[in-house]
Amino acid sequence: MNKILLIIQREYLVRVKKRSFLLTTLLTPLLITAIYAVPALLFLNGNETKSIQVLDETGTFRQKLKSDKEYAYTFVNGPVETAKKALLTSKAAALVYIPRDIVQRPDGLQLFAPKTVSIGVQNDVERVVQEEVRNQRLANAGIDVKVVEDNRVKVSARTYSLSAEGEKASSSGVATILGYAIAFILYMTVFLSGSQVMNGVIEEKSSRIIEVIISSVKPMQLLLGKIIGVGLVGLTQFVLWILLTMLISSGVTSLLSSKFESKAKTEASVGARVTDAQQVQAQLEAQNPITKVNEALANLPLGKLLVCFLFYYLSGYLLYSSLFAAVGSAVETPAEAQQLLFPVTIPLILSIAIISFVINEPDSKVAFWASIIPFTAPVNMMARLPFGVENWQLALSMALMVLGFLGTTWLAARIYRVGILMYGKKVTFKELSKWVFYRG
Amino acid sequence: MKRYAAHTALDDVSLDIPKGRIFGLLGPNGAGKTSLIRIINQITAPDEGEVRFGGEHLQPKHISRIGYLPEERGLYRKMKVGEQLLYLAQLKGLTSREATDRLKRWFIKFDIKDWWGKNVEDLSKGMQQKCQFIATIVHEPELIILDEPFSGFDPINANLLKDEILELKAKGSTIIFSTHRMESVEELCDHIALINRSKVVLDGEKKAIKNQFKDNSFTLEYTGATPILPGGYEVLNALEIDPGLGRMHVRIGEGGSVNGLITSLLGQVELRSFQENIPSFNEIFIKTVGGVVDADFSSRS
Repeated sequence: MNKILLIIQREYLVRVKKRSFLLTTLLTPLLITAIYAVPALLFLNGNETKSIQVLDETGTFRQKLKSDKEYAYTFVNGPVETAKKALLTSKAAALVYIPRDIVQRPDGLQLFAPKTVSIGVQNDVERVVQEEVRNQRLANAGIDVKVVEDNRVKVSARTYSLSAEGEKASSSGVATILGYAIAFILYMTVFLSGSQVMNGVIEEKSSRIIEVIISSVKPMQLLLGKIIGVGLVGLTQFVLWILLTMLISSGVTSLLSSKFESKAKTEASVGARVTDAQQVQAQLEAQNPITKVNEALANLPLGKLLVCFLFYYLSGYLLYSSLFAAVGSAVETPAEAQQLLFPVTIPLILSIAIISFVINEPDSKVAFWASIIPFTAPVNMMARLPFGVENWQLALSMALMVLGFLGTTWLAARIYRVGILMYGKKVTFKELSKWVFYRG
Repeated sequence: MKRYAAHTALDDVSLDIPKGRIFGLLGPNGAGKTSLIRIINQITAPDEGEVRFGGEHLQPKHISRIGYLPEERGLYRKMKVGEQLLYLAQLKGLTSREATDRLKRWFIKFDIKDWWGKNVEDLSKGMQQKCQFIATIVHEPELIILDEPFSGFDPINANLLKDEILELKAKGSTIIFSTHRMESVEELCDHIALINRSKVVLDGEKKAIKNQFKDNSFTLEYTGATPILPGGYEVLNALEIDPGLGRMHVRIGEGGSVNGLITSLLGQVELRSFQENIPSFNEIFIKTVGGVVDADFSSRS
């Protein structure tokens, strides 16, 4: 036992002391934060103001197309050919041509730009023109625009998850994202840690230190020590990732959150006809995505998710890393390992390949089996969990998981003890299966 | 007895390794030496038979009393020398403090103090071998198994190693020494066993084995005409190696004796030297192993 501790200690320290460990530990939380913070920041700050020229033959859009922080509209005179030529010499980003008969022929709207017209400009202009054209057509038909405006309601369902304890606000969007995120993290860590175990085994074999070590400890002790040591490295990294990500993103989130609020407020006060203060408040909260996400997150069983994550990480890791170790023991270089690794990585890749299906239909048969079979269960059960999984399914999956990793560890240990002393032999699957039944 | 899928690696091998001696384990490649050594190290188990260690059945607890230097050896390349030896010593059951103290002493003795913090991959092969030797003996094992210990050493370091081996023997360690270098067998071993094709074909004290292989022949050098010998002495060859200086190989047959040979020579030539032909281990090795190969070939034809 003492020797296993020594081995764990070495395997752990050697890896944690590496510079690459420090780098990935620090950079990953930054990257995760950046993935959601950067688009949000871009959205909030926008770009510099773009000047857009408008050739309005109807003369009714001067009030509608109002310059704001994003776009500065200047109205030019026709004809359109002159305006187009003028655009090329000016610094304006685009020219909007609104023909006289726009109300009759709405597809007459034209946009010109020296480069490609940006989708943002196009959407904005189209929205404004469309609204004006519609209003005028309504007016022509004798319908009061104000009536229409007041009756434009937006329906947005609030979703709740119903259980014996009561109802809670839920969000299938949050569950989906969380499902993907956890499953991918699990997949990556199992894959990376598994490869680390394999490379560790290959290193010992190819540097020929293996014989010295197994004259001191049993091969099984070495294998276990290595697997546990590398597993702890993965766990350490994971815990650090969570802590750092929380630290960095909580700062960024509060910053973004306040910006969202101020932006929403200005937008609401500019264009809204809503006068009721309460309604403004409700709208604000509904518009702020971060409030929404936080609410949905708070209502998820986060404790259960965390416990399950640890369980599936550990069991999935044990299951796969022992197989990775068996492959490592049978070869002398990582390159040789590739073809033997195939049957080990296939179920792992498969489990990530079916994940989108499982998340879209978390209660389907495929999702059920994928989260029960030990080889695909870690990734797919974690993907299903945010949507809620019945307890008996979870229990069955966990029980099979334990059996699964005990089985693969046994199998791997049989191959490992023969493989580590085998040199200069091209190993086939037939050969490997023979090793399983060797005595002694 | 140790069997592998296709062949029997060790067949009815029974050896007594005397305590406090250097025991040479010889044999051609693939004879089964490594299989035997791995069984003693409990890396593999025999299919039949048992190993006794100082009268006890060999058990895992004996591991800390055995030191093993395998033929194919290596160290973790990306680990510091000191840390690595500390790790290996602790795996053999030393406490961290014991291991540090002893290692420091060895580093001073071998004059390699400044290697402690170096990465193994920055050391030359010979330097690595030295570290590996320290790792083998730092836990002061009673039984030391050295498989080709001199490979990779320059003559100076080989001598250093030889002295260490003799010193360990003087301190009471038993040493099993497996090698193909017959000159180091001559120099170091007290006792040898020769394994060929999974079987022990020779086993005994060095002297006894040499006596067994003596053919009672002598080499003599003389000045004068080629002497004529009476019956009972067979002249194997005679030649003039320098003008007036002859050399002759003589086997003493039935009815002859060393003194009789000398007496008959004294009347005819002036003797310059007279010496019994004692076979070298190189000859014994080739004779024993080669002989079996020949017999095998002839039986096939």
